[in-house]
Amino acid sequence: MVEMEIRMVHLGGSKINFREPVITHDSRFLLCAAGESVNVYSTSTEEYVHDLQGHTDLVTGVVLNPSNHLQVYSCSADGTVRLWDFTDAILIKTFIIGYPIYSIYVSEKHEGVVFLVVPMANYKSSELFQLVAVHLPHSGDQEVEARELSAVLCDVSPHPGAASFGREGEYIAAVKGLQLEVFFFKKQKSYRFSLKSGMKKGAKNAFTCVSCHPKEDCIATGHEDGKIRMWRNFNQKKEYTYSTLHWHHGAVNTLCFTPEGTNLLSGGIESVLVHWHYTQENQKDFLPRLGAAITHIAVSPDGSLFSTSHSDNKITIIQSCVKVSAVIQGLVKGDGVWTNLIIDPRSKALVLNGKPGHLQFYSLHRDKQLYNLDIVQQEYIHEEGLDQFEVVKAAFDARGDWLATVEERRKKGAELEINLKLWAYDKLTQSFVLNTTVTAPHEDQITAMFFSPSPETTMLVTTSLDGHFKAWVLADHSDANEGFWECDFVGGYHLLKPGCCSFSADGSLLSVGFQEVVTVWSPASWELLTTLSQPPGAIRDLCFGRLSCSKYLLGASTKNQLCCWNLLTCSLEWSTPMDVSLLQTDPLSENMAAFCSQSGSSDLFVFKPSEPRPLYSQKALCTGKVQHAVFAPRDQMLESCEERTQWLNRSQLYFFTQHMDLLTFSTKTEEDRLLASSKQLMVDDSVAVTPFYLLLGKHRGQQLEKQEALTNPMAERTQLPQGSIAIKELLHTPAHVLPSASFLCAMFVRSLLISSSSAREEKEHEEGEMEREKEEEDSEGEADPRLGESAAWGPPEEFGAPALIKAQERELRKVKTFDHSWLSSLLDC
Amino acid sequence: MASFKSTKIPIYPKLGEKVTPDTLYWKNYKAPVQIKEFGAVTSIDFSSLAPHNYAVTASTRIHIYGPFSTEPVKTFTRFKDTAYSGKFRSDGQLLVAGCEDSVVRLFDVSGKVALRVFKGHTKGVHVTDFTSDCYHILTGSDDYTCRLWDIPNSTELTSYKEHTDYVRCAITSKLNRDIFITGSYDHTLRVFDARVEKSVMTMDHSQPVESVLLYPSEGLLVSAGGRYVKVWDLLKGGQPLVSLKNHHKTVTCLSLSSNGQRLLSASLDRHVKIYNTTNYKVVHNFDYAASILSLALAPDDESIVVGMTNGVLSIKHRKSSEEKREMAGKQRMQPVYRIFVKGRNYVPKKDDFLVSKPVKSHLAKYDKQLKKFNISKALDTALESWRRNKNPEITVAVMKELDRRGTLKNALAGRAEQNLSLLLKFLIGNVVDPRFTPVLVTATEMILDIYQAVVGQSSVVDRQLVCLQELVEREVDYQQDLLEVLGMLDTLFAASLPRKEVPCPGSSRPNGLAEGCLGAPGPQLQSA
Repeated sequence: MVEMEIRMVHLGGSKINFREPVITHDSRFLLCAAGESVNVYSTSTEEYVHDLQGHTDLVTGVVLNPSNHLQVYSCSADGTVRLWDFTDAILIKTFIIGYPIYSIYVSEKHEGVVFLVVPMANYKSSELFQLVAVHLPHSGDQEVEARELSAVLCDVSPHPGAASFGREGEYIAAVKGLQLEVFFFKKQKSYRFSLKSGMKKGAKNAFTCVSCHPKEDCIATGHEDGKIRMWRNFNQKKEYTYSTLHWHHGAVNTLCFTPEGTNLLSGGIESVLVHWHYTQENQKDFLPRLGAAITHIAVSPDGSLFSTSHSDNKITIIQSCVKVSAVIQGLVKGDGVWTNLIIDPRSKALVLNGKPGHLQFYSLHRDKQLYNLDIVQQEYIHEEGLDQFEVVKAAFDARGDWLATVEERRKKGAELEINLKLWAYDKLTQSFVLNTTVTAPHEDQITAMFFSPSPETTMLVTTSLDGHFKAWVLADHSDANEGFWECDFVGGYHLLKPGCCSFSADGSLLSVGFQEVVTVWSPASWELLTTLSQPPGAIRDLCFGRLSCSKYLLGASTKNQLCCWNLLTCSLEWSTPMDVSLLQTDPLSENMAAFCSQSGSSDLFVFKPSEPRPLYSQKALCTGKVQHAVFAPRDQMLESCEERTQWLNRSQLYFFTQHMDLLTFSTKTEEDRLLASSKQLMVDDSVAVTPFYLLLGKHRGQQLEKQEALTNPMAERTQLPQGSIAIKELLHTPAHVLPSASFLCAMFVRSLLISSSSAREEKEHEEGEMEREKEEEDSEGEADPRLGESAAWGPPEEFGAPALIKAQERELRKVKTFDHSWLSSLLDC
Repeated sequence: MASFKSTKIPIYPKLGEKVTPDTLYWKNYKAPVQIKEFGAVTSIDFSSLAPHNYAVTASTRIHIYGPFSTEPVKTFTRFKDTAYSGKFRSDGQLLVAGCEDSVVRLFDVSGKVALRVFKGHTKGVHVTDFTSDCYHILTGSDDYTCRLWDIPNSTELTSYKEHTDYVRCAITSKLNRDIFITGSYDHTLRVFDARVEKSVMTMDHSQPVESVLLYPSEGLLVSAGGRYVKVWDLLKGGQPLVSLKNHHKTVTCLSLSSNGQRLLSASLDRHVKIYNTTNYKVVHNFDYAASILSLALAPDDESIVVGMTNGVLSIKHRKSSEEKREMAGKQRMQPVYRIFVKGRNYVPKKDDFLVSKPVKSHLAKYDKQLKKFNISKALDTALESWRRNKNPEITVAVMKELDRRGTLKNALAGRAEQNLSLLLKFLIGNVVDPRFTPVLVTATEMILDIYQAVVGQSSVVDRQLVCLQELVEREVDYQQDLLEVLGMLDTLFAASLPRKEVPCPGSSRPNGLAEGCLGAPGPQLQSA
């Protein structure tokens, strides 16, 4: 169990916009695929209700069971289709298909059949997919193998929007590239309609999505160039017609007909939900400025609610096409986290780039986005190929009173536009309010920005590629009601370009890395105190030690060097050849974390600058470089004394992998504690706690106890196997914090074993009772299923007799125990 | 569905002085009244009597003006040569003046002929004053002497011959009838006591002294000479307190504001500077058309009167509070539409339920067009004449927004001659404004790109294009000159700064250790 102590754990923030969400029949819940589980949200409160856990790989589709509206099918890349009861989050059945599944379609007409998109069997590696129909076998087992696949269409797109069932499930339409294929189930025949590539006039005719009218023979297809084509009369090869609707200027990402077919909804990069009236296509309504490009649209079965998924990991719920009623927002993971990861000292939230031009505040504890702060404050134009303002740097001061942000817009062949903005925390609104905007604070890109940690002065330092670093201070103006920021000092060193800077923990020293030279300045007098250099290699990262190690300055250079200077002697203390991609200090302890990239994967070293041996090291943490990491202070200090886990006592290390997965390290003790708290929260929800229950429940509890006492004269329950705690833990721990299944397996098996020495005696001792009891329990437990089955294969009389016998037996035993108690009481007298 | 975010109009910092209570106070004067005199105005003196007339000495005359008159109330012309230093007695009844012909004349303010004539000086008398008991006259002359005269007997009382150059300024104590101070071109200030024969205190100004001034408490003395204004502490035996060097030409005149909190100095460099007398910082500055010779403030700072070498007398009157209120009242009358005021002034009663309506924010016209993606119309709206002239930053902000949307070129294209000339007019007016240059240069380049095919078809546009070209060429020249100046300044600064050695270990010492810098960071860290 030693390896168990510290392990990497996936933190939430999974993509909820990956696949089209599903709104339930009663419009109360919204289900969406989120990583390896299916999340259930309430449509009215936008709160997370629970999740359906079981898949072992990415969930790639969720559809309602057409024959039972309280059940839902989900498919996953792990090759299974699972049937769930979503109200209680119970897995009903698992169908094993055996191939990774990319999307799932169902139709009311084809009961017991699901249509799946799987890779072509013979080209497993290539990018060819086929649409197959799978008859889901009826069987009582939990896990069913369903390997009878019958191909419907070959060479389809794996995109779930690229296929759709037509009127009453009579045909299915699929698009790929420049081809629309319609398969009629009655005729078992498919027609193909293709368009010209149309590259001549700059129009891109490629299909992007398809949707079929639920009542009429009409197929709507979306195209790359923003056109929507309505296909009719397609049941003959030759005489098909289509009409074109054009509003979108970018590609049409998704199309959806309302259940009655009166309206067609379309969305694209413009982030406008367009509402076409089916018969009068020139009439359309718009719902503009939804925030980000629309990727999926779903409509509730009664047509009252729409939901749109957006590229910024958001689901918007819209009431009857006019009002946005709820927004479910996940962690926005854009193309780049330029701001690095920052912890807001006030809310302890993780702060990083959110929507374009925004900063998002993401609560790590609740796995929920707290709010978005609009930094750029400009109308976002949803258009491809446009240079937008991006927030590239952000920093908080030590108390969280000030937030500094840098936004940048680089235009081809034009000057770089940079704005430095300073935001003051407003206690009244609990948010940040813009205080000062500095246009063009530097002439070139800003490479680093930090607040001075000293409590006396509020000072900000920015370094830029224009060869200067600037110090900004809050100017005191007695006559103005609020101070604003102004430049205090401009520094440079031999026209070299500063790449990084760092303040010492008390704010008395500032070190700026000018390529190969580290300069140390005194912010009080702006004197250059000393220069340190360790060529070759430009300095990439600088960090001052903290607490007892505050005399050390660490620098990571591009040429695989990690250097540590002693500032008292101004000499190099030590240096090691390491390709450090990221250096982070723990604000609450002396520890530092260095992420090194080596042969395609990242290693982590946690060390104290004063000690030669690292506290913790983990080789091959993940593939690719780790570019962003942060130490988040804990609410409560852990009291772990073990050497290996001590560094996690005060703060937790979070980092982003190359694939933008947010990971963290957690210890066993911590998980135990989490588990305990989750157990506490679990309430027996089978019975509502009402006054009536309190009255009757007590009574019943007594009855139960009595009954138990009667049935088990020894008042002893079978001892659960020793490993049961581990199993329970396993079952109750959220899936995303569990280690790999292979590891769990060994533990699980071990827990099932009964230790030989002590258990045997007990066993022998209780064998008599045990056997009897087992019999009883078995008969009771199996009563229900047998009831159903026996009804099928045998006359009911056969079943009635043993039941009677059992009742009699119980009666008898009751009498026996009564006698005993009576006797014992007599004896007592 | 987020609401439309309106175009951000950047607020540009106002260049120039900051708004302080001082600037507000000293700016609160009306436009100056200018009166042409016959020669350079050498002296201005306010009467302390109620209407506060003032005597203006220029050439061979002394004019007395009423507080609001532009015509002289009275004129004294009985001078044979240039008159100097017309001064009222503290009761406002008598006026004394020196003259280049060495005669000092005393006038009754209501009369015309001199009451007394004091003869004795051998050269021109540039400075005269009454003592505080009103019975004596102090004069200073170019014959290096200063004398005291008795008014009733018109006799000379004493003559002090301690100065070794022209005596050009003097002031009598208002608290003690015997004390007076003179300043001379021999660089000294001397304090005399009429009861003793010799000067009691001497101070060296180290420049020819042009003007002296006593604080109301008479503990501090201010002298002006050369480019310097110096303040002396008389109670500490003439110890210099401050030396101010804010003018770049000779300071000619000094004055105190009515409350004694501000000191004014006028100079040949055409500026009047106002100092705070607690920290001696310049708090305000007036510019005038010509070199200033004399300056006076009416009681309560009601008006500032300045006399210049070109004979122009400039009078600024303070704006009265009533006028200000009138102006404000006019502005408040603005919302004339009944709809604006309707129901607004209703005060809810005690039991009323107040249902507040959300305030609907109105978008500006150009924002409405931008919201609809009508880019050309948005630019047209932003180019409306009043907006273009009054708030060019709005027009520029709209252009910038269009540029950000990547549609500026489309918005600029397809314009007729009239519309294009309007656009070019705006560019010519604003392209060299450093606030707008980055945006407008792109716009100009786009316009040239778009319309280069049609150059030569319209004379109006061609003329404007030539104008624009000249403008840009001129600007480029300016920039080049400025760069040269900047280079010169850099050399000067670099030479004047003390050279400080920064410990920098050479690359030969790879461990980054430099013995020289051992001491420097050590204590820094320890103190931390």
